[in-house]
Amino acid sequence: MRWLAEVHVALRSGIADPEGQTIGSALRSLGYPTVSEVRSGKLMRIAFEAPDHGAAEAAVDEMCRRLLANPVMETASWELRADEQQDAEAANP
Amino acid sequence: MTLLARTPRVAVIVFPGTWSERDFAHVAEAVLGWEARLVWHTDDLGAPDAVVLPGGFAHGDHLRTGAIARFSPVMRAVEAFAAAGGPVIGSCNGFQVLTEAGMLPGALLRNDHLEFRCDWQPLRIERPASARAWLGDLADGEVILLPISHGEGRYVADEATLDALEREGRVVLRYADEAGRVSPEANPNGSERGIAGIVNERGNVLGLMPHPERAAEPEVGGTDGLRLFRSLERWLLEQPAVAERPLSSG
Repeated sequence: MRWLAEVHVALRSGIADPEGQTIGSALRSLGYPTVSEVRSGKLMRIAFEAPDHGAAEAAVDEMCRRLLANPVMETASWELRADEQQDAEAANP
Repeated sequence: MTLLARTPRVAVIVFPGTWSERDFAHVAEAVLGWEARLVWHTDDLGAPDAVVLPGGFAHGDHLRTGAIARFSPVMRAVEAFAAAGGPVIGSCNGFQVLTEAGMLPGALLRNDHLEFRCDWQPLRIERPASARAWLGDLADGEVILLPISHGEGRYVADEATLDALEREGRVVLRYADEAGRVSPEANPNGSERGIAGIVNERGNVLGLMPHPERAAEPEVGGTDGLRLFRSLERWLLEQPAVAERPLSSG
């Protein structure tokens, strides 16, 4: 069955994020003076096949550890759901 | 019989998006009279005396610099070569690949000012004996001038790693001013503790953000980079294992 994972990769707290700081100062100069912090990151949407939820979770976890985030400076979090629309289409083409 | 019976052979690794391989090969062949072989990232490494991971944008720098290059097939052979004590240098993007591959600690992030920086940069040499294959001809505390050319050169590691690197003498290059003073003003990218280059525990794998291959002829403005190559040449002469390796391999 088909799964959709949304993986969020962010810099660890304590690692300077000059991109986030620059976005924050741009927001303040646009008239949002209450913006106190912006942290930038990456969002990846991954569609893949796995037999069940447990296997899908294990696969995403491994993808994060092997490639998607570098634990030296990043953390990864993710949400996983079955791609029901895709599965319905596959069942009734 | 201790002298190298032939010219040194370097393998210069080429990933899709690498851009400094021809400069390294030019220095090795035209300036020094060595043999240089460009090795495509899916090809066989052969049996070189030294391996160069040049600068550029391997695999487009997508995801993170060096993150995908680390999985290129040739990297298994580069890791084995380094594990056997073979000298490896990673400059700029090559340094980023070495950290992603776990061959050197830490990581290289976007410059703190978000700008690409291309300039001549004074660098203070520290503990060159820690990286004798690459820095053996240089003196502790000496200042050399090399080009830098990067947007993502901010060296980061956790405090314990930084302390260990310094304690073990593995920080071998720091951004400095012309008098050798390390300061925030002399630091072109916000690197932790002004770190511009480090070596692995054994001392045979050197990663640095500057480009020694771009400072090897007076016509380009400086020759300090050539001293890294000369150090390697001298080091190779002292290695009987390398000197006695059969000529036919590779």
